[in-house]
Amino acid sequence: MAAIFQGVGAAAALSSLPSNSFDSKNILFSPRRSFSVRKAPSFVVVRSDGTMNLDLNPKGRRAQQFIANAVATKEDSSAASSSSKPGHELLLFEALREGLEEEMERDPRVCVMGEDVGHYGGSYKVTKGLATKFGDLRVLDTPIAENSFTGMGIGAAMTGLRPVVEGMNMGFLLLAFNQISNNCGMLHYTSGGQFTIPIVIRGPGGVGRQLGAEHSQRLESYFQSVPGIQMVACSTPYNAKGLMKAALRSENPVILFEHVLLYNLKERIPDEDYICNLEEAEMVRPGEHVTILTYSRMRYHVMQAAKTLVNKGYDPEVVDIRSLKPFDLYTIGNSVKKTHRVLIVEECMRTGGIGASLTAAITENFHDYLDAPIICLSSQDVPTPYAGRLEEWTVVQPAQIVTVVEQLCQ
Amino acid sequence: MSLSHHHLNTNILPTLSATIPTPFPLVFSAPIVSFLSFIFYSPLSLPSSPPIFSPFPSSLPTRKKMATAFSPSKFAAQPFPLNTTSQNNPLTIPTTASPFLGSTRKLIRLSSSSNLNIRRRSGTVVAVSDVVKENKSKSTLNLLITKEEGLELYEDMVLGRAFEDMCAQMYYRGKMFGFVHLYNGQEAISTGFIKLLKQQDSVVSTYRDHVHALSKGVSARAVMSELFGKTTGCCRGQGGSMHMFSREHNVLGGFAFIGEGIPVATGAAFTSKYKREVLKEADCDHVTLAFFGDGTCNNGQFFECLNMAALWKLPIVFVVENNLWAIGMSHLRATSDPQIYKKGPAFGMPGVHVNGMDVLKVREVAKEAIGRARRGEGPTLVECETYRFRGHSLADPDELRDPAEKAHYAARDPITALKKYLIENSLASEADLKAIDKKIDEVVEEAVEFADESPVPPRSQLLENVFADPKGFGIGPDGQYRCEDPKFTEGTAQV
Repeated sequence: MAAIFQGVGAAAALSSLPSNSFDSKNILFSPRRSFSVRKAPSFVVVRSDGTMNLDLNPKGRRAQQFIANAVATKEDSSAASSSSKPGHELLLFEALREGLEEEMERDPRVCVMGEDVGHYGGSYKVTKGLATKFGDLRVLDTPIAENSFTGMGIGAAMTGLRPVVEGMNMGFLLLAFNQISNNCGMLHYTSGGQFTIPIVIRGPGGVGRQLGAEHSQRLESYFQSVPGIQMVACSTPYNAKGLMKAALRSENPVILFEHVLLYNLKERIPDEDYICNLEEAEMVRPGEHVTILTYSRMRYHVMQAAKTLVNKGYDPEVVDIRSLKPFDLYTIGNSVKKTHRVLIVEECMRTGGIGASLTAAITENFHDYLDAPIICLSSQDVPTPYAGRLEEWTVVQPAQIVTVVEQLCQ
Repeated sequence: MSLSHHHLNTNILPTLSATIPTPFPLVFSAPIVSFLSFIFYSPLSLPSSPPIFSPFPSSLPTRKKMATAFSPSKFAAQPFPLNTTSQNNPLTIPTTASPFLGSTRKLIRLSSSSNLNIRRRSGTVVAVSDVVKENKSKSTLNLLITKEEGLELYEDMVLGRAFEDMCAQMYYRGKMFGFVHLYNGQEAISTGFIKLLKQQDSVVSTYRDHVHALSKGVSARAVMSELFGKTTGCCRGQGGSMHMFSREHNVLGGFAFIGEGIPVATGAAFTSKYKREVLKEADCDHVTLAFFGDGTCNNGQFFECLNMAALWKLPIVFVVENNLWAIGMSHLRATSDPQIYKKGPAFGMPGVHVNGMDVLKVREVAKEAIGRARRGEGPTLVECETYRFRGHSLADPDELRDPAEKAHYAARDPITALKKYLIENSLASEADLKAIDKKIDEVVEEAVEFADESPVPPRSQLLENVFADPKGFGIGPDGQYRCEDPKFTEGTAQV
């Protein structure tokens, strides 16, 4: 057992993390909470045998041998939030819109197509105001024909444009599965490299608040084996804007998974132009005892659980994997090599989800570093029920995370 | 195949075309007239008046026979109002020169239609004037095509035919595998449409795409290599028969699932409109052609794209190659209303029916449709009545189709018909055409040789082109992008 003495900085950082009563409801009704989770606490660990470790900002910093990324990456450093400019505060959907707007200004070939993206401003207001600014053709209101307008986006991408296809809800893109699987992912290959498909397919998915089974789908598990596409999941306003911009600048087809319940998260983001690397994972909270891999909404459940765990004396390392396909095995690997215990917390269903693939990948690559079997906490393999309590029990709750970490760390 | 029905139908023909000088009946047949008048057809007046080319009341005997043979009796009674003037077209009169007659002559005799025998014996010009009661002048000013155009069309169709025949040979010799779908019999559509396009116009096709690629300009060597799976193929051997792509010639595929290419074509048309209106490239008038079959016309993607194309007036032409069969499913058994061209006006675009075995008719319709698209007037739905002489693919035994039906269409071979037209109108001599035949044979032979000698793809090609930006393969455990690992391209790295 280790007692942890927290420095002042840590206290400040931790107090800004979600409170114990954190749950999805609070996000919707209290948008003013700010999550500066990137700031790492510095603390002293006293071990049970009396030795002390001074851990000052233990960051999983990428080794210098790492070749510079093609897109300009913002360094994951504590300097980020206290950068030269104070930055501005906004909600996640506004961050997405800002990213989209900046890219549309920068490149006239970027266009948006989807249902209600134009005059209505998007079902979650991500494209609000863009149609008045850029015109009806650049922000195209399509009829309700997902398969066809996704295919249209792909055809447009092949012939020179850079479209963004919005699924009003990610689940609707199941109707576009034909086009996404057969054309989006494959045409670059089957054409022998002649045609690139720089398309971004985005939309809100995940389990919301009593939206019913069909509106609460997690498509990342269905799309993950389509070759030729990249999948990223955003979780904070900072990485939402960064990933949106990176996806738009990427030559590969990218599917950007947003979450219905995270649209009203508020955060202060830098004023300057920045991009988040599409293939990188984000170190949310460095730690020593266990690696918790997560993404999207579950990040917040994990951070809430982390608060409890820290109070109980554990030191979890939380990594937001962000890149669902391909996995950032470097960050994940470094984390595994450090802590030797892995817990995956995801919102996908147990069968065939991202967690299943991640478990396989870690076992294949880092088996020797593991001291315990990988535990994967996923949603139940049930269609999401409408009843609130039942819905709560389908997804992973912070209490379960705490229990499992305690078991893992015994 | 009784002639009585043919004569019945001719009553309508003179009425429609009497006032128009017709040097040759194929020029101003009913669908062309109706189509030309239809381009002024306002979609807003749709509910009130029926289109001019509404179904003729009598049905084609051959189709009726097919209907009774393969579908419930109720279909027999249903009028099948496809354009019937093709029956009267001299190009459809079987000539002894047609290679197919030799095999089917027995069948025709057995069906005891002596009228047909008379027709065949009487030859060409006389029968034409019997059937079509008009004056025709042979002045070259009224001809549809010039000599150069005629030879170009002939050469393109012969290339398509010779190439597909060679494909069959190579398949049975084990040089290519998988699903190979041949285009024999439908060449008039590919040639008729694609030869009117510019290089920057796009073509989207289905799995029956060899000839579309050839017509658009992809070299026979590149297509043959692709079929052999060699690295010099147009898609580096990674696409195959059903995925012919060419960036240079704007062939956007090649799709294995039917209907899949139609949204892609709609997207290409959208880009054209976007370039003109948003990027302000005022001279961008690129047109996209989407080719697909009768089976596709029951697919949701077809209807969804008709809607979007008409809604936004996209510069696209939807070309239906109605060969009546979707593998073994007869169009009549699969479709509630088999007249596909009627589905165009339902979405606010003109729907035209044309005889797809006649390259000149197809070309006329194509000119109008492509012209419409270029001028920004929106899409057109063109239904081409055609037939595939071979089975659905080289693996299809083709047992289901009535031999009489096959014979009927074999007699209307588009290449033979064009040859006849060129010779009769003194546009080309027998020798010219033979020279072209020979030249094409050499081209195809050379393509096979080239493909044979080309190398197979190396192991390192396996992981190339999966991503346009290979960083999409991600970051490996060592912190490097996987694509930067030298072993990656050798194919020995672990992915």
